Amino acid sequence: MEMQQFYYDNKIVKKFIYATIHFGVVGMLVGLTLAFMFLFPNMTDGISWLSYGRLRPLHTNAVIFAFVGNAFFAGMYYSMQRLLKARMFSDFLSNVHFWGWQLIIVAAAITLPLGYSSSKEYAELEWPIDIAITLIWVVMGINMIGTMIKRRERHLYVAIWFYLATFVTVAVLHIFNNLELPVSAFKSYSVYAGVQDALVQWWYGHNAVAFFLTTPFLGLMYYFVPKAANRPVYSYRLSIVHFWSLIFIYIWAGPHHLLYSALPNWAQNLGVAFSIMLLAPSWGGMINGLLTLRGVWDKVRVDPVLKFFVVAITGYGMATFEGPMLSLKNVNAIAHYTDWIIAHVHVGALAWNGFMAFGMIYWLVPRMAKTNLYSLKLANFHFWIGTLGIILYTIPMYVAGFLQASMWKQFNPDGTLTYGNFLETVTQIMPMYWMRAIGGTLYLTGMLVLVYNIVQTLRAGSTIEDELAEAPALIRISSGRIKGEKFHPWLERKPIQLTILATVAILIGGVIQIVPTIMVKSNIPTITSVKPYSPLELEGRDLYIREGCVGCHSQSVRPFRSEVERYGPQSKAGEFVYDHPFLWGSKRTGPDLLRVGGKYNDNWHFNHFWNPQSISAGSIMPGYKWLFDNKPMDISLTQKKMQAMVTLGVPYTEAQVASGLDDLRKQAVLIEENLKNDPDFVKSYEESKKKAAARGEKFVPMNEREIVALIAYMQRLGTDIKVKNSAKN
Amino acid sequence: MFEQIKHNMETIDGVSIYPILSLLIFFFFFVGLGIWVFSYKKETIDELSEIPLKDN
Repeated sequence: MEMQQFYYDNKIVKKFIYATIHFGVVGMLVGLTLAFMFLFPNMTDGISWLSYGRLRPLHTNAVIFAFVGNAFFAGMYYSMQRLLKARMFSDFLSNVHFWGWQLIIVAAAITLPLGYSSSKEYAELEWPIDIAITLIWVVMGINMIGTMIKRRERHLYVAIWFYLATFVTVAVLHIFNNLELPVSAFKSYSVYAGVQDALVQWWYGHNAVAFFLTTPFLGLMYYFVPKAANRPVYSYRLSIVHFWSLIFIYIWAGPHHLLYSALPNWAQNLGVAFSIMLLAPSWGGMINGLLTLRGVWDKVRVDPVLKFFVVAITGYGMATFEGPMLSLKNVNAIAHYTDWIIAHVHVGALAWNGFMAFGMIYWLVPRMAKTNLYSLKLANFHFWIGTLGIILYTIPMYVAGFLQASMWKQFNPDGTLTYGNFLETVTQIMPMYWMRAIGGTLYLTGMLVLVYNIVQTLRAGSTIEDELAEAPALIRISSGRIKGEKFHPWLERKPIQLTILATVAILIGGVIQIVPTIMVKSNIPTITSVKPYSPLELEGRDLYIREGCVGCHSQSVRPFRSEVERYGPQSKAGEFVYDHPFLWGSKRTGPDLLRVGGKYNDNWHFNHFWNPQSISAGSIMPGYKWLFDNKPMDISLTQKKMQAMVTLGVPYTEAQVASGLDDLRKQAVLIEENLKNDPDFVKSYEESKKKAAARGEKFVPMNEREIVALIAYMQRLGTDIKVKNSAKN
Repeated sequence: MFEQIKHNMETIDGVSIYPILSLLIFFFFFVGLGIWVFSYKKETIDELSEIPLKDN
């Protein structure tokens, strides 16, 4: 048979590895900064773009899409070419993919700290960047499928199925969750509202974990673990079952993020049921990965690559056992909104994704540079300090989560809350936040050791060049099933058909959950007293989104005695019908805010936003001093925003839109009047007027500044329901 | 607990078909998968699982 010679493109792999390492350091550094902000809440006092609320999405996006994303692309480009015995379909597309993706990351790194955020977790980026992601993702897909079409290996190895599922599912999720109506170049509103937005968001959010952090890395596992151990996967049959059952079941599990929320119960229970089922394929995959090492455990003792893989797969096993447990309603009642969830995701991120990526980098770089790893000792050191870092990170967070949840739910014999002040439950877990920061420091140290080790390896090795390979051309056979060929061997040599079938498998779950919630009106009973936000409140809500308040404060009261006692009546689906996007949140570093309106006076909020510690000693909320700056709030888009809301179905009348700015000013002036009830405010207000005059600056009255809008929004929260109750009484 | 599911879906016509349909989808999905996997010949499976090891 005639052999064909060709070159594997190693340069693209090299680029993606460099990007992985680079953004790994950045993403982890931002994470560590955030960990220290729990300890020193005002360490970046007054610098808006370095505030916690804006950096948190930067951390999650950097780690998920920049670090893990680039690691997947590196491994995918390396393994795919070799599994298909072909160079990538187009070098041009490979490079467009690489540079496009890095540009998107840079755009994220600039826009998120500036406060351009849609607030939906892991989908915070604004609409122009969303479009860029879609285009680059399609470029990657064309390149992948093109390579499959010109391949020299008949069968598509299971790793490639995982890559394909990643491609199609992320595309579907990304597009549907980011359907938004633009108001300006960097502001848009989700087309869904309230409960529906929540369901679509967590269908996306959960499956971002599934199809961006799990399936691509399972593909990498099925390639790199056999390579590093030099033996085939434990059971190829199991890997087929693993693939189909995982992608089929995963897509249904999203609603477990919304247990006890205003989401209809049937959707919650469906999410629970599928989350429990998910244990089977996940553990099947984990066992398949670990048992691949049967007979070579002696190698694991000496080879750091295998050590990293073993801890990675074990971490996968732990996280995927914990996930189904967390989705049980009784466990979720404790864990949700606490640091338990933070521990859970970091077992996944630090162990499964991080260690898988590290093992792959330590294996790939010396091979491509045709040399040995500079220092095995340093790699082993990285392994141990990283493992210790994971332990020191996660265990204190489990303790913190459990402890805080228990304190939230503790009652006195007379029926009052034992820890009625939320802050008491926070100060109690401060030691755990310290340990977490130490654990994170260790993990980052390990990452820096990797940087040094890899740089030294590259310096000693030869320049990474494309690699010559040869293989016989694939003989063209009938595209239909040939005589005697069964269905599956046929399917496994047909990339397009395989992709379509995988798409069908993932769509079933999405359709069954989402279509009824969007179509069936009776799922969202309307409440007549719930009215759209006033123009000032709408602007305040956008500030709440800009500052990332949702990262620490939920707006969803669960139907528990402890929560109703602490926060007020439980959430009802009808309360959120005008919320584009929903802001239920997923973590309570601070208390729930759904019913905070009217709880405190305007001055309380005013002083609290300026310096939270002056109101609540020991609070770990940072101040938001830039909202008080002597400059007017941008209201140039207010009417356009209202108009956009009308398009989305919010019943503002034409007259309301027309008088939007007047109404806004009236309400703002009212708040300023309220603030003047406090003599301290009047005093400092007069002083600042004089100061501005002394500096020759134009003085902007308080009612024109941003803080007033945010106070207006705070005071509105949850009051619609209160109005109804008082009307009844 | 399943009371909650029933009542929320009552407004859809012919909703009782859904659980049956779901069960059937699941049943046939996994039975099909089982047949798929176990109808492989041992040699084919071995050959497939060797793909990553014979690539360079």
